[in-house]
This record gives sequence, structure tokens and C-alpha cells, in this order.
Amino acid sequence: MSKEIIKIEDLKREFTMGAETVRALRGVSFTINEGEFVTIMGSSGSGKSTLLNILGCLDQPTSGNYEIDGVKMKDLSKNQLATIRNEKIGFIFQSYNLLARTSALENVELPLFYNSKVSSEERKDRATKAIEMVGLSDRKDHTPSQLSGGQQQRVAIARSLVNNPVMILADEATGNLDTRTAYEIMSIFQELNKQGITIVFVTHEPDIALFSNRTIVLKDGNIIKDYQNHNIQSATEELAKLPKQDD
Amino acid sequence: MRLLNLLKIAFKAIVLNKMRTLLTMLGIIIGVASVIAMLAIGEGSKESIRTTISAMGSNMITIRPGADDRGPARGSGGDVQTLTLDDYEVIKEKATTLSYITPIVNGGGQVINGSNNWPSTIYGVNPDYLNIKVVDLQSGSMFTDAEVKSASKVALIGQTVVDNVFPDGQEPVGQMIRFDNIPFKVIGVLEEKGENTFGQDQDDVVIAPYTTVQKRILAIDYLNQVMASAISEDDAPEAVTQVTEILRSQHKLLDSEDDDFTVRSMEELISTFSSTSEMLTILLVAVASISLLIGGIGIMNIMYVSVKERTKEIGLRMAVGAKGADILMQFLIEAILISITGGLLGVLLGLGATVFIEKFLNWPTSVALYSIIISFAVCAVTGIFFGWYPARKASALDPITALRYE
Ligand SMILES: Nc1ncnc2c1ncn2[C@@H]1O[C@H](COP(=O)(O)OP(=O)(O)OP(=O)(O)O)[C@@H](O)[C@H]1O
Ligand SMILES: [Mg+2]
Repeated sequence: MSKEIIKIEDLKREFTMGAETVRALRGVSFTINEGEFVTIMGSSGSGKSTLLNILGCLDQPTSGNYEIDGVKMKDLSKNQLATIRNEKIGFIFQSYNLLARTSALENVELPLFYNSKVSSEERKDRATKAIEMVGLSDRKDHTPSQLSGGQQQRVAIARSLVNNPVMILADEATGNLDTRTAYEIMSIFQELNKQGITIVFVTHEPDIALFSNRTIVLKDGNIIKDYQNHNIQSATEELAKLPKQDD
Repeated sequence: MRLLNLLKIAFKAIVLNKMRTLLTMLGIIIGVASVIAMLAIGEGSKESIRTTISAMGSNMITIRPGADDRGPARGSGGDVQTLTLDDYEVIKEKATTLSYITPIVNGGGQVINGSNNWPSTIYGVNPDYLNIKVVDLQSGSMFTDAEVKSASKVALIGQTVVDNVFPDGQEPVGQMIRFDNIPFKVIGVLEEKGENTFGQDQDDVVIAPYTTVQKRILAIDYLNQVMASAISEDDAPEAVTQVTEILRSQHKLLDSEDDDFTVRSMEELISTFSSTSEMLTILLVAVASISLLIGGIGIMNIMYVSVKERTKEIGLRMAVGAKGADILMQFLIEAILISITGGLLGVLLGLGATVFIEKFLNWPTSVALYSIIISFAVCAVTGIFFGWYPARKASALDPITALRYE
């Protein structure tokens, strides 16, 4: 049996706004093994992004435990968390979060700027490769405002890959894409997953969940379903089945 | 390696925001430049007053009738008639610290040569006058003691008078002129001195024996002033005390009575004027400080806003692995680059403005090194502090909080 990479226990996250308290997560527990491809589903406001932000060490839970590779995140300093984000995790935001007026290539390079082990040639090299992977080589000098929504999303994906992470956390990475582009991107993720990268993928769409091996469903901050998918579809094959675009 | 990366990031951010950078710099540039220029004006006028006064003879001592009112812009004694020729004689006889001494009587009138007419001032003096005032002659010679005794109608004139009553370029020496209808023979022309710091034309004078001026022009028997030279500059204070003692006993003043005359050395005059121009400098510094303050507030404002509007960017950078120190460093480098560049441009502009003022407005200026250092430091520190402070606050946030910042 492969080892546990993510382990959360009774995770709670509350937001206090004046007198009101929003309980976004009400005690969530699960473990994810290395190499899994997990989709997290649930209606809007069910706490998916909140959970993913905590998994990505971007936010702190109000209570509960979170371990990566057996290390409790609670015990780590801000700087240690920054290093984990920098070297272990690739995060794709629901709203891309690219640097404006900065070329796609430089956006992808960004995480490596903060890794002193990576030389500037290696940085350029790896960023170029990541851009190639998402099929944007011909757009690498364009700034976000010159790119379509889907292209920006792909830049964000490339940025999450560039540091060779052990896990990728994606928040609705296909949310704004047409079926074809969404499937293209899913095939990239499946490819990465085959290489051993653990993927946690938040989505609204049930057909996307079919590409993963496990689905966790949230409702009002609780897990209501957590099931294995025994019939994993291949995104590449599904892509081939789609009717050809008429140009 | 890491620092080099941060330098690159900071540099990129500056280039990406040219307009904002320029505005921030503008505040710094104007602040620094105005302080330098204003202080240069203040220092310049102080210095020029000092050199003018020194050029007038720094061991000069003046004795005026009437009590001391400590005003630098006093008239020539006005109606006070307590200084007499006897006083002059006694001082001349008894004072051991003086090398030259002359009585002075003066009055205004018209200098006339044929149809040329010019209002001027006549000074009645003795031959020591030239030595006391350190004036040379362009041509001719000074009158003699004998001519003083006989109250001869001879005169020396300054260049301005020459220009106005001898407009055709005639040689004045040997010519006859009239001052208030009294004929004088011109026996010399004074060396040109130009304007002094107070804007007085030092060449607009007529000089004649004091006896002649007293009797024939002013019809008075008292003196407006006595002027003397101490043997050396160091003797000046001693000379002042000596003259004061001599005059007090001559005027038979009781210990309880105040002096009815005023003795001043040039040294004192210099400090009086210096303190006046010190006031001017303080005033200018106040104005400059205000502009520096306004510049500082501008820098604060723009730095603060620029960090605030980039909170999202800070959040993203932290999300991909930047540490708090990295963020802080980036903004610090940005602030330093902007402040230093702005400060240097400000220094250049300030120096340029100073040269302009000197050349085209003809104001004396003198750039003080401390003004450059202070203004530069103030602007750099405000820029750096207000770039650093909001960045520090932002870098202490959780990445997600910073990312969500609107
Ligand atoms: N910073 C915050 N302050 C206050 N409330 C918050 C904050 N972040 C999230 N919430 C609340 O927590 C709940 C869960 O939000 P979350 O963003 O996790 O939903 P989601 O499942 O990602 O929804 P969607 O599918 O629309 O993205 C929501 O009710 C939201 O209003
Ligand atoms: Mg969400």
C-alpha cells in the first residue's frame, strides 16, 4: 500500500465577520495517498475552496489537524510553510491570479524566483518546458490581458507545474473552459498523475470527476460522500470522441 | 542569488509602473531641489554681506553721536549734535590703539558741471579717510592737511558722479564743478567700488575737506561721525573701550549716565548683519522644510497606495513561495531605488536652480553641503520608511488574506 501524503482530521474553518460566524468547514477528515487523483465536488459555497486553501498551506484551519508526509502543518513557521508552497505544492487558483503586465513566461517563472537552488538558466528552461506542456509556446511573450480566459488558465497550470511539485491542488481549473479545452487540460493532469504527482481537483462538473480515481463530495462544510471511481475515463480518448471543430 | 532575483523583481516592478514611479520621484526631486536652492540663497547672502563688510575695512571703528539703538540701518546721526571737533581732537590725541582717524560731516546736494546736474552726497573728511575706507584713487591725488586747515574748495569724486557730470568723457581732474553752488576744483577720482550688499552705490560720492563742508555747505560746527582704524583687527575691541572711556570723560558723564554716543567696530557690525541674514536663512529654511514636508507626504501617499494596490500581488508571491522577508526586501529595494534616484535628480535640479538664480537673477548664492545631505536624507528616509511600512504589514498577512484584498 502506498503512503499517505495528505491527512486531515476534524478540520474546521470558521470566518468571523462582526457578530456573525460563517462555518465554512465543520469537521472534515480524510487521507489521500501518494499518486491519487481526487476530485472534490459540491455546490457553490459548500467549502471546497476553503478546504483547498488549507491543503495548499495558504490558510490556517480554526481547529483540527493537517499533515503532509506525516509533518503537522501547525508546527511549522511561516517561512517553512512558504518553502513547502514553493517546493512541494503546485496551486491553481479559481481566478488564475496572474501578474498583470507580465509575460506568460515570466508568470510561469515566478515560483522559481523564490527558490535559490534554481539558477536563472534552469529557471528559463523549466518555465519554457512547462509552457510547452500546456501548449502555449507561441504565446509565451504575451501578457495576461492579451490572452483568452482559457489561455490564462493554462498559464496558471504551467506555473503550478514549474517547481516539479509532489502535489497539485487545482481550484476549478476547467471552470471557464469549453468542453474541448477542458478535456485537453484534463489529459495533461492525467499525464502528470501517471508520473506520480498527487492531484486534488475541485470541480462542479460531474463529467470531470469521471477522470479521477476518487471523488469527495462536500455539502455545507461536511463530507457527504467519499467514493472510489472504478471506471476511470481517459481524457485523451474522450477528446478524440468529441465531434471535430469546424474551422 | 536570492538578492539578485529580488533586485530583478524590484527593477521590473519599477519599469512596469513608470508613471507611478515618476510621480513618487517628483515629490522627492522637488523637495530636495527646493531645500538646496533656498539654503543656497540664504547662505549666499550671508557670505556676501560678510565679504562686503570686510572689504570696507574690518578694523574700522565708527563713533556716532546719540545713544546706541543697535539698528544696522541707522542714519548719520540726524539732529544729535553731541559729537564735536573737540571730541575728535581728544580721541586723536589720547587713543593709542588707533592708526587713522577722521571726522565726518555729510550732506546731500546737487553736483553741477555746466548743464550737467546730478544729485549726490558730499562727505567732509581728512586725508586719513582713504586709508580707513581702503579706497585708492584712479587719478589725481588726495587733498593735504594744509588744504584741510585752509578749508580749500577741492574735491574728489566717485565714478558715478564722473559718469553723470562729465558725460562726454572729459578728464575730470583739474575741472571745476559746483556742489550746491559752491565751486570746487576736482583733484582726484576715486577707484570704482560698485554697489555694496545693501544696494548702495559706493561710487556716488563727493569727498572734500571737512572744514570746507562744515563751513561752506552745511554751516554746522558739530560732526555727524568720527571714523577710525584700529592698528589691527585684534586691537579693535580694545580700541572701542578706549574710545568709549575717552569720550565719557570728555563728555563728563557720571557713572549712572548712559553713553551719549555710540562706538562700533566693524566686527560688531558684521555680527549684527550676520544675525539679520541668519533670520533670512531661518525663514528660507522654514519654507524649504515645508516643501520638504509636503514632498515627504507625497512620497508617503504614493508609496502607501502603491503597496496597498499591490496587496494581491504580494499575496500571490507568497502563495508561490515568497517569504515575508522576500516581500519586504523587494519593496525596500524598490523604495531605495526610487528614493535614491529621485534624491540624486533633486540634487542636480537644486544645483541647476542655484546656478540659474546666480546667473540670471544676480543673487549671491552658496550651496551648503549640509543642505544637500539633510534634504537627501529626509527624502530617502521618508521614501524608504513608507515603502517599507505598508509592505511589512502586507507581508505579515496570510497569503489568502492578501490575495482576497480588494
Ligand atoms: N474570507 C472569508 N470570509 C468570510 N466568509 C468566507 C470567506 N471565505 C469563504 N467564506 C464563506 O465560506 C463558505 C465557503 O466558501 P468557499 O469559497 O469555500 O466555497 P466554494 O465551495 O469554493 O464555492 P464555489 O463553488 O462558489 O467556489 C461560503 O459561505 C463563503 O461565504
Ligand atoms: Mg470556490
